[in-house]
Amino acid sequence: MKSAVVVFPGSNREGDVVRALKLAGSDVQKVWHAETDLPSGTDLVVLPGGFSYGDYLRCGAIAGRAAVMDAVRAHAARGGLVLGICNGFQILCESGLLPGILMRNANLKFICHRQFLRVERNDTAFTKAYAKGQAIDVCVAHGEGNYTADSETLKRLEGEGLVAFRYADAHGHVTQDANRNGSMNSIAGIYSDRLNVLGMMPHPENLIEDLVGGTDGRGLFESLVSSAARAA
Amino acid sequence: MKARVTVTLKNGVLDPQGKAIEGALKSLGVDGIANVRQGKVFDIELDTADKGQAEASLKAACEKLLANTVIENYRVEIA
Repeated sequence: MKSAVVVFPGSNREGDVVRALKLAGSDVQKVWHAETDLPSGTDLVVLPGGFSYGDYLRCGAIAGRAAVMDAVRAHAARGGLVLGICNGFQILCESGLLPGILMRNANLKFICHRQFLRVERNDTAFTKAYAKGQAIDVCVAHGEGNYTADSETLKRLEGEGLVAFRYADAHGHVTQDANRNGSMNSIAGIYSDRLNVLGMMPHPENLIEDLVGGTDGRGLFESLVSSAARAA
Repeated sequence: MKARVTVTLKNGVLDPQGKAIEGALKSLGVDGIANVRQGKVFDIELDTADKGQAEASLKAACEKLLANTVIENYRVEIA
């Protein structure tokens, strides 16, 4: 499995994602945003977290129009896997690869804490190492994670099973208290129509070592590596 | 040629920043404020004297980057 981690000016979580992917058994290359091609044989593109372009204009707005994004769109159109985490999710929404937008958290606060997510389905390339309905323990750290979409888009996401993760409590119950940024329907992550693009606000790459408090994030990277191996 | 682009949130889109500003104005004792919505203003210089061409460029700028039309409206004024 070959992964390409795209680095924009202001990305700052690429190192953690590279480590998580290598631990799961992937070859990883970093790709600068001004590149117009992805490395040949790329199975997975990751847009890491951070503050690309200082969050100027809107979070992810400028990165979403960077040169490399044409290659990422072409990769996705071919059915290639794309994962956007945190700022990467914002970039996917701004680039048109995923619908909706991440707005300022409803309480106006930057939130940074451990967070359980409910895995909505486990039959995708991203989640097969988890159980459906499992509560996984990861982290969130963002100021603009309030997922917002028009009612038709929301209905389509729900109707077609495109919600990947929701904010939940430790038992996997989706509660108002667990939804700290105000996201519609407690949405923490969504898939594209063909389930090959995933955007999520939380950071699975933070929880891959017992040393730092947990390993629930590993399943996502292990799922991706095993999916790519099967496709090859 | 100069232009001003104003980007505002669509009606019905929650604007927590506007609400916070509204609350701050009220706590400052500024009377008569019913509602605040925050937006953005872009002052743009164009290198063309052709108004039609300027309008086309500005529309492209708004659609491609300046506004996210999922949640925002834009207005273009050419000086």
